Amino acid sequence: MKRSPLELSNTNIQKRHRKARMFRLLCAGVTWLGAALLAILLIQITLDGIKWLDIQFLTSFPSRFPYKAGVKSALVGTLWLITMIAIVSIPIGVATALYLEELSHKGRIAKIVEVNIANLAGVPSIVYGIIGLAIFVRGLGFERSLVSGALTMSLLILPVIIIASREAIKTVPMSIRHAAYALGATKLQTAWAHVLPASFPGILTGVILALSRAIGETAPLIMIGALTYVAFLPEGPMDSFTALPIQIFNWVSRPQQEFHELAAGGIIVLLVVLLTMNATAIFIRHKTEKKLQ
Amino acid sequence: MSAINLLEESIVEKTAGESESIPSQTFPDEVILDIDNVSISYSGNPAVKHVSFPIAKNRITSIIGPSGCGKSTLLRSINRMNDFIDGVTVDGNFIYAGHNVYSSRIDPVEVRRNIGMVFQKPNPFPKTIYKNISWGPQINGFTGSMDELVEKSLRQAALWDEVRDRLHESALGLSGGQQQRLCIARALAMEPDILLMDEPCSALDPISTSHIEDLLFDLKSRYTIVIVTHNMQQAARISDYTAFLEMGDLIEFGITDQLFTRPNQKRTEEYVTGRFG
Repeated sequence: MKRSPLELSNTNIQKRHRKARMFRLLCAGVTWLGAALLAILLIQITLDGIKWLDIQFLTSFPSRFPYKAGVKSALVGTLWLITMIAIVSIPIGVATALYLEELSHKGRIAKIVEVNIANLAGVPSIVYGIIGLAIFVRGLGFERSLVSGALTMSLLILPVIIIASREAIKTVPMSIRHAAYALGATKLQTAWAHVLPASFPGILTGVILALSRAIGETAPLIMIGALTYVAFLPEGPMDSFTALPIQIFNWVSRPQQEFHELAAGGIIVLLVVLLTMNATAIFIRHKTEKKLQ
Repeated sequence: MSAINLLEESIVEKTAGESESIPSQTFPDEVILDIDNVSISYSGNPAVKHVSFPIAKNRITSIIGPSGCGKSTLLRSINRMNDFIDGVTVDGNFIYAGHNVYSSRIDPVEVRRNIGMVFQKPNPFPKTIYKNISWGPQINGFTGSMDELVEKSLRQAALWDEVRDRLHESALGLSGGQQQRLCIARALAMEPDILLMDEPCSALDPISTSHIEDLLFDLKSRYTIVIVTHNMQQAARISDYTAFLEMGDLIEFGITDQLFTRPNQKRTEEYVTGRFG
């Protein structure tokens, strides 16, 4: 009565297959749950806000009359802010990551810095707002300007950029570095010519995630005193400003239904800015990855 | 002169406890690099113990031995590539151009400019074929015609005819054997005094391997080559001198023909005849 080794009545194997199927279903369920929640949110927002979305909404300053109100100053403020944050945080963040991964002697100080950066990434954003208020607004006397806002936000997202860049740099194969060293390259030449380009797609992903976080943050901006009612456009980095999340927050906190719908419209504008940024990043990443292959 | 002494010394040292007689050998070639009483350890664990032998100029020297005998470790310490591994300590001297490459006055970057390396697995840069060759000379201040240098290097590596029409395409599109020849061309573009090769054919098929062996033969007139290989036939075919290492000890060093046909040591004989390893 010897059973064939391939006979399917092997209950042990069937049990294992069943387990695998169940686990796959569970994972799929959780995935779809997340996607469904996001979809519901988006649909809700779109239904609320779409009727206010027109050119007038984009080109008007805020107003106490809902039909006259728009996001012009907030949108321009956000674009100013995000550009300045990028200029400040990307070079500092990437250079820090490069230093920690490639150039520093991996001693105790590097370890301490490493642990601290990881901790900083978890600090609530309002705390950064308080730091920004103390250092940039008052200490350095930048007042409630775009500079104060951008520097505070840069502090907030630097840990994210550094951590993501370090992970990207770690994925560059050691063999590429060795090839460069064996040609008589210094560590800096190797990092600049090979490690950085090879880790560029990963760094870009991290940078975009970080900037996306910055674009949606409200608390630190309120803390450093970004204005909630701005009927002019900032003309330079030292001007005061408002940003989309603050405008949205302002509208939501009013009692009238129309302003709530305006807030939904503002959220759509914010999302469009965000998606455009992400799409640009994906496009650039795709192009560079193709070039590498 | 010192090399001859060294050679005899090392053989005498290794045979001191055994009764075999040693035929007197002479060292007929100019010495470019003298490995002198070198010991290497990883965090205290010895990998190479008191090894001494000379590297002859414009000759191929192969280092053979079973896995884990320290042959790659020894090779990588010649151009200080072991500096990048934590916990490695190197004692003894590598005398090259009158200096110990481990002297505190010597810049390891300068050493690597003159002593090039080809690795076990082909590791081209993820850039174009042209840039793979041109980058090394470029960062080292090469001022001549880069196009000519690229062509010359690729010709020396017997790759020119296969890639002349696709110089500005990615090097990753080449086959494994072509990639390894590109890595050789990249090292040659630096015009190194010595070329170190760490099992350069172990990841390649037999045809690519024979291409590279032919290539090494041609390169001998201009370069000094030190090659680590686990393939004894390869060592016997291509090298002029052979060092046989086992468990970090140099068992025997000599002219390849003699080492393979009339080895002085019983262990060498057992290894080259395939009785272990």
